[in-house]
Amino acid sequence: MLSRVADSCFWLSRYLERAETNSRILDVNIQIALDFEENNDAKARQQWMPILASAGEQELFHQIHGQVTSEAIMDFVTFEKTNSNSILSSMTLARENARTVREQISSEMWEQLNRLYLYLQSPAARTAFRESPIGFFRLLVDNLHSFQGITDATMTHGEGWQFIQAGKYIERADSTSRVLDFKYHLLLPSGEQVGGNVDITQWMAVLRSCSAMEAYFKISHGHVTSWQVAEFLILHDTFPRSIRFCVDALDQALHCISGVDRSHFSNEAERLSGALRSNLAFTTVDSIFRFGLHQYLDQTQERLNEISNALAETYFRWT
Amino acid sequence: MVCRMVQGFFDHYESEGFFDEMFDGDGKVRPHYQRILERFTEMDAQTFERKRALAEKAYLNQGITFTIYSGDEGTERIMPFDLVPRIIPAEEWRHLERGLEQRLRALNLFLHDVYHGQRIIREGIIPLEIIQTAKHFRPELVGVDVPHDIYIHVCGTDLIRGADGRYLVLEDNGRCPSGVSYLLENRQAMKRVFPHLFSRYPVRPVDKYPQELLSALRYVAPHGNPDPTVVVLTPGIYNSAYFEHSFLARSMGIEIVTNQDLIVKDDVVYMRTTKGLEKVDVIYRRVDDDFLDPTVFRKDSMLGVPGIVNAYRKGNVNLANALGTGVADDKVTYYYVPAMIRFYLGEEPILPNVDTFLSAVDSDRKYILENLENLVIKAANESGGYGMMIGPKATREEIEKFRAAIIADPRGYIAQPVINLSRSPCYCDGAFEGRHIDLRPYILMGEKTTIIPGGLTRVAMRKGSLVVNSSQGGGTKDTWVLDEGGQPC
Repeated sequence: MLSRVADSCFWLSRYLERAETNSRILDVNIQIALDFEENNDAKARQQWMPILASAGEQELFHQIHGQVTSEAIMDFVTFEKTNSNSILSSMTLARENARTVREQISSEMWEQLNRLYLYLQSPAARTAFRESPIGFFRLLVDNLHSFQGITDATMTHGEGWQFIQAGKYIERADSTSRVLDFKYHLLLPSGEQVGGNVDITQWMAVLRSCSAMEAYFKISHGHVTSWQVAEFLILHDTFPRSIRFCVDALDQALHCISGVDRSHFSNEAERLSGALRSNLAFTTVDSIFRFGLHQYLDQTQERLNEISNALAETYFRWT
Repeated sequence: MVCRMVQGFFDHYESEGFFDEMFDGDGKVRPHYQRILERFTEMDAQTFERKRALAEKAYLNQGITFTIYSGDEGTERIMPFDLVPRIIPAEEWRHLERGLEQRLRALNLFLHDVYHGQRIIREGIIPLEIIQTAKHFRPELVGVDVPHDIYIHVCGTDLIRGADGRYLVLEDNGRCPSGVSYLLENRQAMKRVFPHLFSRYPVRPVDKYPQELLSALRYVAPHGNPDPTVVVLTPGIYNSAYFEHSFLARSMGIEIVTNQDLIVKDDVVYMRTTKGLEKVDVIYRRVDDDFLDPTVFRKDSMLGVPGIVNAYRKGNVNLANALGTGVADDKVTYYYVPAMIRFYLGEEPILPNVDTFLSAVDSDRKYILENLENLVIKAANESGGYGMMIGPKATREEIEKFRAAIIADPRGYIAQPVINLSRSPCYCDGAFEGRHIDLRPYILMGEKTTIIPGGLTRVAMRKGSLVVNSSQGGGTKDTWVLDEGGQPC
């Protein structure tokens, strides 16, 4: 397969997953906001600013919008073209990548992606967004899920598909770590205790944003604690959005691409993913919290980044 | 807005003295259009509008668009698609097929000759200067052999019908003719929108085109390689025809590459893959000669592959169409095609040219300059509806501009009488009106010559306009060739 094509498959998949993550985070934040109705400016800032992950993004936001309001942030994360991480930007980049590999992906995949892109560009999307943001983000997530179903059902599960899997899982692992970290940045209102009502509601929101609520309650017997949620979202072995599951799937995709046995590595990307995979398999939530949850997530994001770079070095850059 | 019944649509339909594809001179429907007319008359306005919107949406969702750059953002438009098909009876098509096949055979013999012995010049059929001054003649290719002596593998020949309904050849496109994807998608759209019409008409299918193209490309692999690697070379996603490049690659099941995917080492072309470098044997290139190799042609080309021309000259890779075919679709060369047919084949041309005057010939030039306001003037090396003037519709300044240009560069222009292209009913703002059309069939040359039944019918959507090119606001129609012996039922 052409290096450029593999590269595009990988990135189209990453961008779609990124758009999905943003939809999920916005959805969940709206729900938290609805749970605590006494809204004022300070509250809005406290609750919505952490969504803007980087300092650069925050700066850009302030250039465009004077005041921090939930509407301004949602608009910035959803539709702002100059924000390269916005849902619209991610969808645009995903579509550009898909356009260059149209002959590799199925027509059904392309049409689903293109339809969603055209919808996001249309006035109808703005109207739906204004009328019911929750409904709007659900619709986006549903459509992105459809894309994955269509991908699995209509594309040959060959090399290109494996690059799509690799892109999806590397981005999703990163996304889950960010959602968890997002809760870390979300301060509790004064007077609220760790483990108190607000804290629990926030952790539940985190679960919901990962579509993990139902799966979590099946094993937690109704308790919501930071440790248990973190353990579930980082270390669960079969929940499809846990970091461990994603890294395992990423590692599998990499080995399918190279054809090398999973107990060995044939390139740097495989070595790094194998190392991260075994770390996740053999660590405990106790040691993660001893190390520091934020530090651990930060380090994980760093390692995912290294895998992505090594993958590009291995497959995308021939001279 | 549109709420009257559709049968009203044809009530005021007028041929206005033009040859009309659907109605004869007395306003009677031609037999092969009878069923279509009935079907359209049965429909109410809402249904028709719905079907139109359905077709449009299908094009948009599939991304069958071209990009128009204006302001800071390129907007994607769909090519206007008219729902009334153009129908060609079997016998008429047989005649066209024979003529097109004959013409392409002669053009290929001409190209081989012009890059080898130049017998046609030595025997005085075509003047030497005409070839030497042809912008797309490539001296670099003289003496270079190409597999099976095939130069034009894919030809798009533009046909028109004049006032008497006779088919004429307007031009040959032997470089990178585009538009075939519209032909294929138009058929898909018609099937989706009017499924029942197809059970009433014996329409010949067109969907084998990509497979026929692939087998022609495989046939011309270097050294008779029975299992060659074939790729499509595109300028990239920002090219207005990118959809087509990708569509063809997808339907043939081969890679689409840009120049960045290719690398030449020791006169062999490779593509960069996840497993390393892989040799490429045949390139269906949709990049013009000028941009193909910055080391040989235009140095500023950002689309080219350095070294590819040498690999081609050494016979390590084949290009379709061949390099240098532009000398055959030069509009001055066009003038000589009937003579070529007689010279190489000893046959009479089946499809005539449009009468053509060469401003390079003194007596013709005199006539042209005296009659500019009655003639169509065309630059010899332009395409896409650029560099032309339709005398009766031109302003005084335009006429004078062309007069000066012809005097300055007689070799650069030809003139033809204004042909009132045949018309076909098109849906325009709630009613059917006649619009001028042409026909571009696609002819493939590999082990055998294959012509996909019909071709792309292009429509000049602007009222009264004779220019059908998409860059000039043209649209398209589905083109139906009826099966032998089959009658609409």
